[in-house]
Amino acid sequence: MLYVKEQPGDNLVLRGARVLDPAEGIDAMLDVRIDGGVIAAVAEQVEANDHRVVDASGLVLTPAFVDPHVHLRTPGREDEETIASGTAAAAAGGFCAILAMPNTDPIVDSAATLGALVETARREANVHVGFLAAITRGQGGAALTEMAELADASAIAFSDDGVPVASAGLMRRALQYASVTGRLLALHCEETSLSHGSHVHEGAVAAELGFAGYPSIAESVMVERDLALAGYEDQPLHLLHLSAAESVAALRRAREAGVRASGEVTPHHLVLTDEAVRSLDPNVKMNPPLRAERDRVALLDALRDGTIEAIATDHAPHARHEKEAPFEAAPFGVTGLETAFAVLYTRLVRPGLLPLATLVDRMSTGPARIFGIDRPRVAVGATANLVLLDLEGEWRVREDAFRSRSSNSWLLGETLAGSVVLTIAAGATAYERLAVASSQ
Amino acid sequence: MNSIRLVRDELRPPGPPPRRHLLSVADLTRDDVERLLGTAGTFAASMDRELKKLPTLKGRLIVNLFYESSTRTSSSFELAAKRLSADTLNIKSVGSSVDKGESLKDTALTLGAYDPDVIVIRHPQIGAPQLVANVTGAHIVNAGDGKHQHPTQALLDLYTLKHEFGRLEGLHVAIVGDVLHSRVARSLIQAFELVGIRCTLVGPPALLPRDLGVEATTDIAAIRDADVVYVLRMQNERMEQGSNFVPSLREYAAKWGITPERLRVGQKVMHPGPMNRGVEIDPRVADSIDSLVEAQVRSGLVVRMAVLYDVLTGGPVGVRALAAAEVA
Repeated sequence: MLYVKEQPGDNLVLRGARVLDPAEGIDAMLDVRIDGGVIAAVAEQVEANDHRVVDASGLVLTPAFVDPHVHLRTPGREDEETIASGTAAAAAGGFCAILAMPNTDPIVDSAATLGALVETARREANVHVGFLAAITRGQGGAALTEMAELADASAIAFSDDGVPVASAGLMRRALQYASVTGRLLALHCEETSLSHGSHVHEGAVAAELGFAGYPSIAESVMVERDLALAGYEDQPLHLLHLSAAESVAALRRAREAGVRASGEVTPHHLVLTDEAVRSLDPNVKMNPPLRAERDRVALLDALRDGTIEAIATDHAPHARHEKEAPFEAAPFGVTGLETAFAVLYTRLVRPGLLPLATLVDRMSTGPARIFGIDRPRVAVGATANLVLLDLEGEWRVREDAFRSRSSNSWLLGETLAGSVVLTIAAGATAYERLAVASSQ
Repeated sequence: MNSIRLVRDELRPPGPPPRRHLLSVADLTRDDVERLLGTAGTFAASMDRELKKLPTLKGRLIVNLFYESSTRTSSSFELAAKRLSADTLNIKSVGSSVDKGESLKDTALTLGAYDPDVIVIRHPQIGAPQLVANVTGAHIVNAGDGKHQHPTQALLDLYTLKHEFGRLEGLHVAIVGDVLHSRVARSLIQAFELVGIRCTLVGPPALLPRDLGVEATTDIAAIRDADVVYVLRMQNERMEQGSNFVPSLREYAAKWGITPERLRVGQKVMHPGPMNRGVEIDPRVADSIDSLVEAQVRSGLVVRMAVLYDVLTGGPVGVRALAAAEVA
């Protein structure tokens, strides 16, 4: 269900890193040896066995990240992103696996379209990619896709991301059929009769700037509906890019009541509020919109206590000329793969708002668990899916340094701490910033 | 021995220094407003002369870039520039490259190539003036961007009020109608706050934005206490069919229309135009001696002269500089 190009596995020794794998209960200064892409030894001192040796002292080694929500724009908008460029960006951000949304052109709603993507990924993907398929044909909200065939063709989950499934009846049918496919439904929750035509959270900022409001309840009433349906059908579901305190409260209640529901939150919703929109910068325009401080705090609380198990970038590349427009005319969405860890480390971990171990869990183990992916881990016998992080050095977010084909980042020009030094995905080095390294 | 060296990024050089623009009333201080109104008063005095043209901005190029239809604003900006002896270039979206799908950025770059001193822009989308400020070297004056701001309208309304009442502080203005879609209302609310005018919003519930932080009511009787009733246009072009902000214009007129019966004797009425007679304003009110609508239009000319003068020169010597938005 995940695809990556064939590469020989690394033979590598990482010496003296702080190894942090919360799920394995590891937080210690250790050496790690990788033989042919598989972790062969984790100990205070390992033999180099003629492998390339990296002095990782002062750095932190954790399981690599998993992003459950990425737009690779392929097929259709290869000028904005390709599987090669998107997975290169993912590797630069420390990700070993990403899941791509099906709202491409054409939409991934047939086994043929999906099959072509899988073939491309086998040739081009620098890290593991999984593909979601659409819930409804053409994401039109009228007819279910052939979900069993799509599941056989290795759709990892189903989503109409970008548009909600408006009909409650159709949503129910999709949940019922999910028992046949065994695949999760990942839902974009938006009641469009409440959000229609709006770009900015309904609050003081929208009122002052003159934007029609996109109220929190436009999300939360749909969240409540879908949780009720999932509870009634006793099927799991996953809530994409949660933004509102009311949605978080609904998810928490449903989980306590035994509904198998999970949720994700983006870095921008954890760090920014609608105050950022005062800049009128199209790179803070996304759907769902940035909301109020109370929403941001509720999302962070839910991330800490595990109500929200996953961080998702919702990496949404857009052509430069489309974002260089007045705020109202610009498309929704921002890139995020290459800045996610750094911005969350800088704005949440360093000030003491979120433990590093929790961040690593929510960026790696959490999303893997939700989507049934083998979790990246630091354990002998596991395929190496690791990221080496420099928590001290600061770097400036620059347009010309992005691996992504697009640069619609809300962090351009910002200085961040916490950078990726080395990403090993599926046993092979997918990204490295080690200028000099030698074998023993 | 093994070594590791991190490749770190360079710092970016700082951006260019800020230029003076008038993008939003939110960028102005009370001093700025008083200086602008004072400058407008000076220009008004010169309008009594037989020869009305002043040499002040001779040799300057002012581009009026209008993406929305406009009579009052475009004519008064053009005339203001001409009265100050500036060269003017008037571009309307109809009949220009905009018709051929040219982006705002490219149009702005094209016009920017003539090195205009000022670009006056009206655009249906919020933030368009900021974009033009970002891509050209001109001083930008916002002549209305979507539902966001119309700062020169607010300034000319303050000028009109001051002329009529001799003061601004302590006045009470009721703004009536479609506040939700009104850039005029947004600019006025900020301008009133700056100069100490009490403001009450009156209108149908769906047309009063939440969270605006201003006294608001749906009860039309609330206009009684106000010195001035400021009537907003019902913006039919922004009222999508089926959006149901109000059940009908007929019902709006019956419930919130400004009629002689709803006004006190001598209560003043303002309207930014164009008026929908019989909808938000009764024709008898529009034509009454208590209507300040024509005075508003006259104020528009001298206030826009003051704004063009101020963004280009920084105001009279010795007076604090205009704290306009800093756009890199």
